[in-house]
Amino acid sequence: MAAMFSQNPLMNGPNYSISDAPKEDAPEGARQHRFDPYTDNGGSTLAIAGDDFAVLAGDTRLTSGYSINSRHHPKLFKIGGTTADQKDATIVLSVVGFAADGEALKERLDTICKMYRYRHGKPMSVKACAQRLSTILYQKRFFPYYAHAILGGLDEEGKGAVYSYDPVGSYEREQCRAGGAAASLIMPFLDNQVNFKNQYTPNSGEGHALQERERRPLTRGEVEVLVKDAFDGAVERHIEVGDGLQIMVITQNGIEEVLLPLKKD
Amino acid sequence: MDTLVARYSRPAYHENEVLSEQEQQDFTDTVPSLKFAMPPVAHPSAWLRAATDDRSNPSCPIKIAHGTTTLAFRFQHGIIVATDSRATAGTWIASQTVKKVIEINSDLLGTMAGGAADCQYWLAWLGMQCRLHELRHKRRISVAAASKILANLVYQYKGMGLSMGTMCAGVTKEEGPALYYIDSDGTRLAGDLFCVGSGQTFAYGVLDAQYRFDLSTEEALELGSRSILAATHRDAYSGGSINLYHVKESGWEKHGFTDTNPVFWKTKLEKGEFSNVTSSLDD
Repeated sequence: MAAMFSQNPLMNGPNYSISDAPKEDAPEGARQHRFDPYTDNGGSTLAIAGDDFAVLAGDTRLTSGYSINSRHHPKLFKIGGTTADQKDATIVLSVVGFAADGEALKERLDTICKMYRYRHGKPMSVKACAQRLSTILYQKRFFPYYAHAILGGLDEEGKGAVYSYDPVGSYEREQCRAGGAAASLIMPFLDNQVNFKNQYTPNSGEGHALQERERRPLTRGEVEVLVKDAFDGAVERHIEVGDGLQIMVITQNGIEEVLLPLKKD
Repeated sequence: MDTLVARYSRPAYHENEVLSEQEQQDFTDTVPSLKFAMPPVAHPSAWLRAATDDRSNPSCPIKIAHGTTTLAFRFQHGIIVATDSRATAGTWIASQTVKKVIEINSDLLGTMAGGAADCQYWLAWLGMQCRLHELRHKRRISVAAASKILANLVYQYKGMGLSMGTMCAGVTKEEGPALYYIDSDGTRLAGDLFCVGSGQTFAYGVLDAQYRFDLSTEEALELGSRSILAATHRDAYSGGSINLYHVKESGWEKHGFTDTNPVFWKTKLEKGEFSNVTSSLDD
């Protein structure tokens, strides 16, 4: 299954993990210690699976409360290449939520994929990688990663595959998924434009007999336009999204990466 | 004393290790261990509840996906298992395409209500245990035994915050059609008919009224589907599609993953049910 966060940043909490500032109702001389290990770093991600490709995208803004702390902090990571520069990687992981947890998660998954490659002499399939990511997330069931992960690649038949996760590892293969701060803005747009939800063929019937528009796989060109439009829309209406748009397209020939500008206000 | 000596007299290279032994194991083990990371606080379960339970703390930072209406019932030709497919995180509909019937193996089915990850993970784990039982004993595990493995497991984790309400359905030579309800409190019940989740009451309403053991297969499938439809209609946390399965001695059979919307209008317009809903704008 999938996905999930509220749209709201943690606005009242401190932005570091352990706060020893006394709470207002604490008795005289008593000091309350709180354990707040998470910060919402905002941002949004999105993934769409095509017939023979998968596209993942994420903005590059990093926020903490109302502050913008970085304008270029990527959320997309190549996974399981043979080298550090990940030139021959075939799987992409996107994580949104708490950036430090996202980074830790990526590091874990990448190490495990590399170990798999050394042991078995072949790269991990997306299907196996997706299942393993689920168990990695579940290992922290009682102290979760504050992260919404989406994994993309090509399946055994060469078809585009997108897997989306909730913070503790329930997962599902989907055609498209938006995650993070602007998920609730982007997801309805994707439902309509990728899965043709609530679209009907004109004059195909009266009232309830109206036929749904037939689904067809989107071309790579169409998907790239959709991704840009989705993010331009999100930037317009969400304060935590903006600055840059990182897109990775996974095809038979490897991973192509582009960085496009987004509004910086 | 010996343990202290052992701890501090390790060879030097150990001290330079960045990873703990547990972390190293995670990278090399093919089967993930059952050791879970814990938050460094005095009361982990209270902390976890504050961080993840949106019912006790609506502004909790981590929203875990939850499952909703599921049902299963025994009848003369096996067991019908039916679910909706909506997942919610707070009031946000996280997905409308969730597979809440979990195929433990080709004979056994499990259902998902409560925490989605908990159900997915532990039913997959149960699948492993069932396979190991098969290899060790050279015969299929009984539904009673399989459900008890799961019940014992969740009982070990009682109070830690697991959330699952699941049903195990299977047909074996010895037991016939067997159905068990297991939840994260540790409850394990055998029965003819169960509905689990926030839409359970609405499903029970239809199911109890129409249920007979000597239902034909077609009638039973229709009843399962109609009960889920009732739940999706009245429970906001249920919806999406109707996922239908029929479990027989030869294994389970899938009977579709059908969008509720056309089924609802068909039920209303062709059978005259749901007369509380108007179909035109002018009356």
